[in-house]
Amino acid sequence: MSGTYVGMPSFPDAAHRATRDKQLRANLTRATHTIRDKRARAVAELEDWEGLRQAGKAIKDETLAHLDDYLLQLEAKVTEAGGIVHWARDADEANRIVTELIRATGQTEVVKVKSMATQEIGLNEHLAAEGISAYETDLAELIVQLGDDLPSHILVPAIHKNRTEIRDIFNRAMGHWGRPAPEGLTDTPADLAEAARLHLREKFLRAKVAVSGANFMVAETGTLVVLESEGNGRMCLTLPETLISVVGIEKIVPTWRDLEVFLQLLPRSSTAERMNPYTTTWTGVRDGDGPKQFHLVLLDNGRTQTLADEVGRQALRCIRCSACLNVCPVYERAGGHAYGSAYPGPIGAILTPQLRGIATDLDRSLPYASSLCGACFEACPVAIDIPEVLVHLRAKVTEDAKEHGGHRLERTAMRAATYAMTHPAAYRTAEAAAVRARKLIPKKVPFGAGKAWTETRDLPELPPQTFRQWWKETHR
Amino acid sequence: MSPTPQSPPPNSAAPTAREEILARIRRSTSGHARPAAEVDAVSRDYLTAHVHDGLIDLLAENLADYRAKVHRCTRAEIPGVVAKLLSEQGDRSVAVPDGLPEAWLEELRAPEAGVTLVPDSAALTATDLDAVDAVVSGCALAIAETGTIVLDAGPGQGRRMLTLVPDHHICVVRCPEQVVASVPQAMPLLDPGRPQTWIAGPSATSDIELDRVEGVHGPRRLDVILIEGEAG
Ligand code: SF4
Repeated sequence: MSGTYVGMPSFPDAAHRATRDKQLRANLTRATHTIRDKRARAVAELEDWEGLRQAGKAIKDETLAHLDDYLLQLEAKVTEAGGIVHWARDADEANRIVTELIRATGQTEVVKVKSMATQEIGLNEHLAAEGISAYETDLAELIVQLGDDLPSHILVPAIHKNRTEIRDIFNRAMGHWGRPAPEGLTDTPADLAEAARLHLREKFLRAKVAVSGANFMVAETGTLVVLESEGNGRMCLTLPETLISVVGIEKIVPTWRDLEVFLQLLPRSSTAERMNPYTTTWTGVRDGDGPKQFHLVLLDNGRTQTLADEVGRQALRCIRCSACLNVCPVYERAGGHAYGSAYPGPIGAILTPQLRGIATDLDRSLPYASSLCGACFEACPVAIDIPEVLVHLRAKVTEDAKEHGGHRLERTAMRAATYAMTHPAAYRTAEAAAVRARKLIPKKVPFGAGKAWTETRDLPELPPQTFRQWWKETHR
Repeated sequence: MSPTPQSPPPNSAAPTAREEILARIRRSTSGHARPAAEVDAVSRDYLTAHVHDGLIDLLAENLADYRAKVHRCTRAEIPGVVAKLLSEQGDRSVAVPDGLPEAWLEELRAPEAGVTLVPDSAALTATDLDAVDAVVSGCALAIAETGTIVLDAGPGQGRRMLTLVPDHHICVVRCPEQVVASVPQAMPLLDPGRPQTWIAGPSATSDIELDRVEGVHGPRRLDVILIEGEAG
C-alpha cells in the first residue's frame, strides 16, 4: 500500500524538488521550529542534562562493545519469561520470519505500532504481497498509509501534510480500509482525531496479532519498552493474543537501572515533554494480562557491518528522538523524503549509507546532505558526533570514487570539510560567521564543505544562533 | 534458543542466523584500535532528583500541565469525590480491579447511584470493556518531577486493558507514601517482571500540524485523586 524508497533519486535531486514545494516547506518550517523551541525549554529544566547525555553515550558504547554478551543475556531472559526469540540477518529474513509467525496464527490482518525497524525492512509491503494487511495505528502513520505516502519525519511522520490535506485523505481512503470517515468531516484536528479513533477502535477490538518495534530492550531482565503518546501502542501491545516485536540488535541497554537515563533523555529530546503520555514495559508473557504469545525478532540488517567501523559505529547509539532533524537547516528545506530511507535528517545521512553501503548514487550522496553546521551534534542526547561521521563517510565515498574515476565535487568537499573538522577553532569561527552572514549572503554557506554543497543547491536557512551560543546563554 | 522458521535442516553445516550474527559482532568488535577498555566507563554523576520539597504540589502541577484533572482530598472524602467525577461525565458503568479498597466505591453501591459496577475477571474481553464507561484504579507509584503515574498490575490496578479501553480513568494516589521525586528514584521500586504502564496525562496526539488533541485511543479523560492525611 504505502510507497517504497527503492529507486529514489539521489539526495540532491530529491532535495532540489522538495525545496521548490512551498506547502511542504511551510509545514516543515513551522513544525521543526515549534518542536525545537519547546525542546530547548524542556532540556533547560534539567541542570544535569550534560551528565545524563554523557551517561547515555557511555551506556550505549558499553552495550556496543559487548553486544554479543548482552544479546545472549537478553535471549535467555526473554525465553525464561515465556517469549520466543528469533534472529534475522537481513530484511528478507526478518520479513520471512514475521510472515510465517503471522501465518501460524491463521490471521490475515495485523495491527501495527509505529516502528522504524519495520519501515526499514519494508515489512508492510512484504506482508501485502503475501496477502496480509498490516494496519498502521499511529495517527500520523495512518495518515501516511491512507495517503499511499511515505513518512517524512521520525517522530511526526505526516508533518508534511496540513489539516485540509489530511481531511481529504480520510474522506477518500478510510472506507477502503474499514470504517469510513464520518459524514461532513471538518478539518479541525479534534474532528480528525475522532475520525481516526472510530476507524481504528474497530480494528483494535478485532485484532488477534500485533507487530511492534521497541525503544529499548533490557538485557538484565528481558524487558521491552515502548514510549508513545496516543495509546495505540498500549492497544496493540495489550489486546491481541500474539505480539511480534521486530527490534534492531543495537536497541539493548544492559540494566533496568539504565532506563533511568533514557527515560529522561528521550521524551525531552523528542517531543519536548517531561514524559510522554504512555510508556509500556513487558517481560515475556504474563498469565491473564496481555498477549499469550510473544515473539522477539532480533534484526541485524547492516548493524554488525556498521559496528565494524570505529568512527561510524556511534550512529548505533541513536535512540531515534529526532532532535537532530528539528535543528537541521538542510532537513528543514529538503524534507524527510529526500533522504530516501526510513531514517531522514542528519541521522539518516550517516545511518543509511552504513546500513546499506554506498553502492547507489543516493547512498553515496547522503554524507553530503549537510552543511556541517554542528547543530545536530549539539542536540543529540547520546552525543553522536554526526559531523565527524559525515566527514568520515565522505572520505569513504571519495576513496570509492577514486577507484571509479573520481568526482570533483566530492574531492573539493572532502578537502574543505577535513580542514574544518581538524581545525576546531576555524570550524567554530566559520559556523559563527555563517550565522552572522545569514541575512547578507542568503544563497551560500561561506565555509567548508557547505560551500561546495551549496554551489549547486539552494541554501537552507540557518538557525538564528548557533547551539553553542544558545547553550551559553541559557546555561549561565 | 528457539528454532526460527527458516532454520537450516538439522544436519546442514550452514550456520544459523543466530550464530552468524554473533560471529559478525565478534569480528566487528575485536581487534579494534579503540579497545573495549577505552570505552568510557558509565559515570552516573547526574542527579538522582532535581527537587526535594513540595513533591505533592509539584506532582499536582505537572499532572495538570499535561491536562490530567487533579483532585486533592482526605481519605474520608474519596467515595464522594469518585461518585461526583463519575456523575459529571454521566458514566453509568465502572470497571473495578481486584483489590481496590471497597471504601472507595462505597457511594456507588447504593442502588440510587445508578452505576453498574463491573468487577474485573478473565472472562471480560476488550469488546465488553468497550461498553464500560469508566474505571477506578490505584497505582504503584507517582513521579513528581515528570507528572507520571505508574501502574504495575498490582492490587487495585488490574490488567492493562482495564485502564485502557474505558474512556474515563480515575486513578488514586496515596500521598505521600506513593510519591517519589524522580525517575531515578522510581526505577529501584519497580519490578521489571510485572507489566507496567506509565501514564503522563491522558492520551494525546500532536500529529496534525502539531496541535495537541486529547484522547485518540486511550482514555480521553484522566482524573487523578491525590489522597492525603492519616493512613488507614
Ligand atoms: S542521532 Fe541523536 S539526535 Fe538524531 S535521532 Fe538519533 S539520538 Fe536523536
